[in-house]
Amino acid sequence: MTIEVKDLKYIYSPDMPGETTALDGVSFDVTEPSIIGIIGHTGSGKSTLLQHLNGLIKPTSGEIYIDGECITDEKKNLTDVRRKIGLVFQYPEHQLFEETVAKDVAFGPKNLGLEEEDIDRRVRRALYMVGLDYDEVADVSSFELSGGMKRRAAIAGVIAMEPAILMLDEPMAGLDPQAHRDMLALIKKVQRDMKLIILIVSHNMADVAELSDRVLVMSKGRIIMDDGPHEIFKRYDELSAMGLSVPPAAEIAQKISKKVKGFESNPLSIRELADDIEEFRRTKR
Amino acid sequence: MAYINVEDLVLEFSKYDENGKPLEPKRALDGVSLSIEKGSFTAIVGMNGSGKSTLAKCLNGLLLPTAGTVTVNGMDTKDGGHIWDIRSNIGMVFQNPDNQLVSSIVEDDVAFGPENLGVEPPEIRKRVDEALKKVDMYDHKDKAAHMLSGGQKQRIAIAGAVAMKPSCIVFDEPTAMLDPAGRSKVMDIIEELNKEGITVVLITHFMEEAAEADRILVMQDGRIIGDKTPRELFADEKYIHEAGLELPPVIELRDMLGMDKKILSAEELAANI
Repeated sequence: MTIEVKDLKYIYSPDMPGETTALDGVSFDVTEPSIIGIIGHTGSGKSTLLQHLNGLIKPTSGEIYIDGECITDEKKNLTDVRRKIGLVFQYPEHQLFEETVAKDVAFGPKNLGLEEEDIDRRVRRALYMVGLDYDEVADVSSFELSGGMKRRAAIAGVIAMEPAILMLDEPMAGLDPQAHRDMLALIKKVQRDMKLIILIVSHNMADVAELSDRVLVMSKGRIIMDDGPHEIFKRYDELSAMGLSVPPAAEIAQKISKKVKGFESNPLSIRELADDIEEFRRTKR
Repeated sequence: MAYINVEDLVLEFSKYDENGKPLEPKRALDGVSLSIEKGSFTAIVGMNGSGKSTLAKCLNGLLLPTAGTVTVNGMDTKDGGHIWDIRSNIGMVFQNPDNQLVSSIVEDDVAFGPENLGVEPPEIRKRVDEALKKVDMYDHKDKAAHMLSGGQKQRIAIAGAVAMKPSCIVFDEPTAMLDPAGRSKVMDIIEELNKEGITVVLITHFMEEAAEADRILVMQDGRIIGDKTPRELFADEKYIHEAGLELPPVIELRDMLGMDKKILSAEELAANI
């Protein structure tokens, strides 16, 4: 599965007083299964980009190819594309509506017109993938679940569509620390086991640093950085000028290097920073 | 007597089956007692479903106790005659800014609260301007509320609470939906309001935000299982994990390096390298 985005432009309310360029020439390729973090401050175009990728919005100009197929073609029937691309919105648990968890997860596959047997198989697999026990939750109302479990059930509903590309908009927002850790582990597992391309939009830089193989930074409708997480989060000053931040580990490293002469570290996690500090203490002695 | 007193508070939500037959109620708060002093800054942490938001809604009588009492400045929330006094004393700011704005123009939104209190128009004007300046949104007073960013909307929601001149504001995860710049701005405003004498109760999942408080309450299964200062709480790693919480990043680093448990900030930590 590949994604190719070519010079994508999108203008809201063209020729109207509120005319706004939301995407201003966005191009990037994804050629192999991986996790791609997308960061940028509110209004930078992240969500607009996601909505283009599964065909919810048509661009003003530019093209998107999914597996070589142009999905921005006017005549293209988008039903097949939407099946390949799952989009999990912010707070997806607000969209749970069925009487039981199993029925909710089955809703998408049912609409694909699949056989009962196949639907059941997909529901079981999807619940397994998100770490929910089928026998425990299948017949329970989704409103009885805890916050973290609700969100996982909602994601299972998208996974049951067996997408090749999964897009997650702020999947960790509002979760307690334990549910947060579980969600990070879940995303990694789903990516590995299902060999997906996962695009994650998040304001939480520690999460983006931990999950991403590659990070896209958006500002004013453009991608202005596209690199590995280490390279991106090195650019502390540029990111803060945009109202973004770096992972807490990198921020702490900055503060320490201001106080401790000769100390330099460019960590993504607290573990990496601790290792650098220990190394520094050893060489100083 | 403390400003807010909560005694043996129990709160149950009624539940019904498909045919409307009552089921066993769900107990969201199970015997909570605490007192909050005027001018203090209290953080409440705990897992999703531990009862934090339910407790918050009991403080200004949005929810009334199934058993036990909540008093604000000596007034019982169950006493219907005091409920408006209590609500004008305790402001609330919730997680989602989009659910809290009632008017299409920024200054109208901030004026909504004092208008409903029956404040005189010249005084409303004064309060709205002051409140907007306090949250650094005065320049946006004529703007359409829906054109603002999440962080700006949240600041308007705070201004709306401030314009009611409350003595206490309860913040229920006010930064959960904001970007990093929006988050730090909102936290700065909360600290500033507290310095000016407003009692602050802050519910949060971010431990680095809780670390700013004088006192942290830890909730689990509808009870308060811990009442500690940040220094005490973050010295006890085992307790943090048992309560389903996490350490703030600086503390995690401190413990990995085996440094003194008294260290709370990056600067203190740097001094020990």
